[in-house]
Amino acid sequence: MSDLVTNFDLSEEQEMIRDTVRQFAREVIAPGAAHADEHKELNEAAWDGMVELCLPGLPFSEEWGGAGFDNLSYSIAVEEISRVCGSMGLTLAAHVSLGTWPIYAFGSQALKERYLPGLCSGEFMGAYALTEPGAGSDSASTQTTAVLDGDEYIINGAKCFTTNGSYSKCFVITVQTNAELGSKGIMAMVIDRDQPGFIIEPGEEKLGMRGSDWVNLVFQNCRVPKDAVLGEEGEGFSTFMKTLEGGRISIAALSLGIAQGALDQALAYSNEREQFGMSLNKHQAVAFKLADMETEIQAARHMVYHASRLKDAGRAYGAAAATAKYFASEVAMRATYEAIQIFGGNGYSREYPVERMYRDAKLCVIGEGTSEVQKIIISRDLLKRFASNNG
Amino acid sequence: MDFALTEEHLMIRDSAREFAERSLRPNAARLDAAEEFPVDAIKEAAEHGFLGLTVPEEYGGAGLGNLHASILLEEINAADPSVGVTISVHMSLFCSMLAKHGTEQQKSKYLPLLASGELIGAYCLTEPNAGSDAAAVITKAVKVDGGYTLTGTKSWVTTGPHAGLFVVYAVTDPDAPKGKGMSAFIVEAAYDGVSAGKKEEKMGLRASSTTEIILDDVFVPEENVVGELNKGFNIALDTLDGGRIGIASQAVGIHRACLEASIKYSSQREQFGKPINRFQAIAFMMADMATDLEAARLLVHKAAWLRDNGLPCTKECSMAKLFASRACNKAAQDAVQIHGGAGYTKEFDVERYFRDARITEIYEGVTDVQRIVISRNL
Repeated sequence: MSDLVTNFDLSEEQEMIRDTVRQFAREVIAPGAAHADEHKELNEAAWDGMVELCLPGLPFSEEWGGAGFDNLSYSIAVEEISRVCGSMGLTLAAHVSLGTWPIYAFGSQALKERYLPGLCSGEFMGAYALTEPGAGSDSASTQTTAVLDGDEYIINGAKCFTTNGSYSKCFVITVQTNAELGSKGIMAMVIDRDQPGFIIEPGEEKLGMRGSDWVNLVFQNCRVPKDAVLGEEGEGFSTFMKTLEGGRISIAALSLGIAQGALDQALAYSNEREQFGMSLNKHQAVAFKLADMETEIQAARHMVYHASRLKDAGRAYGAAAATAKYFASEVAMRATYEAIQIFGGNGYSREYPVERMYRDAKLCVIGEGTSEVQKIIISRDLLKRFASNNG
Repeated sequence: MDFALTEEHLMIRDSAREFAERSLRPNAARLDAAEEFPVDAIKEAAEHGFLGLTVPEEYGGAGLGNLHASILLEEINAADPSVGVTISVHMSLFCSMLAKHGTEQQKSKYLPLLASGELIGAYCLTEPNAGSDAAAVITKAVKVDGGYTLTGTKSWVTTGPHAGLFVVYAVTDPDAPKGKGMSAFIVEAAYDGVSAGKKEEKMGLRASSTTEIILDDVFVPEENVVGELNKGFNIALDTLDGGRIGIASQAVGIHRACLEASIKYSSQREQFGKPINRFQAIAFMMADMATDLEAARLLVHKAAWLRDNGLPCTKECSMAKLFASRACNKAAQDAVQIHGGAGYTKEFDVERYFRDARITEIYEGVTDVQRIVISRNL
């Protein structure tokens, strides 16, 4: 086991996933990426293709209809898809890490039986609703309430920015059962789309990730059976925090893919475009930008794969996920920004994909914990370890 | 040293701000979404005399300089950069160019129409294969009886089909070394053979109109050559010094809008039981944003002051543009960051600032072109 995190080679299985998804992304997803962005619609044909490749259930056990691959394979799949289309990368990441994984990890046998086969097969998507208008970075200040009434909870409140909501059958949500208990009063539940009193509204127009669906949720005296509770009562918040740890690896993989995609585009364009009598890539200013991108992307990839391997090895991965997410998303911002710079005027035009990539990248430094939230996590972990080492 | 603005500067700032808040800000999001050229706003700016700000008084303008223009442009751009770039190009790449390099006949014929806003000016240098390498233009001007015929395609022309006049840079001596055989021509939009081509779908500045301008055997009379024959590239470059003050002022305007939006949102938004501006992470972002804004504005004002006083300013114009555009993009990124998920939606103006800001590091010389100019001048 000692070489688990120092073995940098991909297994045959991981390479197979990488090659298959890479080819699929180029042939099936890439051609529709600009259209999806422009028309603000999810590329449903791309999702159907992902279903055929068993990607929606990739890291889940075969017992539930999953493909039984490891988390690193899943990260690689998100990376390869995001390389050509951030929106589809986000769709898969939110479905797997946020919509499906908490049910897989914390759900009762009944909940698993009800939802996992459909989630793993990709028959429907999963969604995860933590954020509220008044609870963003401060996610513990959830205002959505759950009051026990006999065998049912009555839910009231609102959630926003819920990815995949239009396509989801089940929604993992957080509710406050007792405001006096603060984060200890938070409970996680799985709510079915058809529950009376549960209203799904279209989300706002976005800067980027326009080919990914998001919605706002409203609960008006929505009655949910007690068995919809995920995990133990009182542990809802930690359930959510653990879910986010995995989610962060997936957003880091998404960021990595967008950054690599921007570098792919910059390499091709700077090779073909001539100014001052030579191709752009012969100018040091451009070549060095490419060198910086490559260096940062390599570092980000090591961090993303490392966090994935820690999760696969059953070791703690929270801090590694936070550092990977923070770094990779900032790399995606820099890489897409510089790719536009290399394209010049063309980079500002919607005719070339780097314009979309920059808008998509900005989601990565905000979603599933802003860079500032990652720095809270990283610094707290650091200080805790410092304190315990210096007793 | 005197950093104080004069009463005249302050008057322009106040009237521009009043106009921007009343007529520009309320419409900016709608025009952006609809990609609609701000016809009414440009008309109103003309009524205020803003379009002729730098045109000499004898030709119907206000006869003011680059510093006045910079102050005006900061205000306009803080509300709507699509209007801002339209005015900046008109003012610095056309009016100031003509006032400086035009013949008496050209000036008396065209400047009054430009000052009143009856005609909007546009600048045609860039071509599909002549971007940063602007001397590589291939649009040609062939001598014919009484003038020249121009043929070629110009790209990324700001204001495109809404412009009444173009300054077109075309090759008059194909045998001369690169950049030495180019001349500047005034081309009326109404001339036969002038048409607008493909419209660019842009990340931002979506209310400004950016198109190709196609010149198909366009006859241009002899008297429309600006400056000396074959010396047009020098005019193009000199004009760009002034243009860079305009774009740097635009960057300052967008930057200020980002800061103001961040201050407002962070004082209203509460997380963890207090307004988010009480957190160092947010407060320090805004401290950096404000410091960069101050530095950018001072660089721009200094460059404008140099140019107004007839002093060498090429390097300083590039420095102002380089610094202000980069600072503006950092500010736009941070402003969205401070707004969090909300900033990623169109409910907040910072989403638009983020897209608009990005062009300031690209047009009128990408950042690396500014670095070429600066380093050559060291």
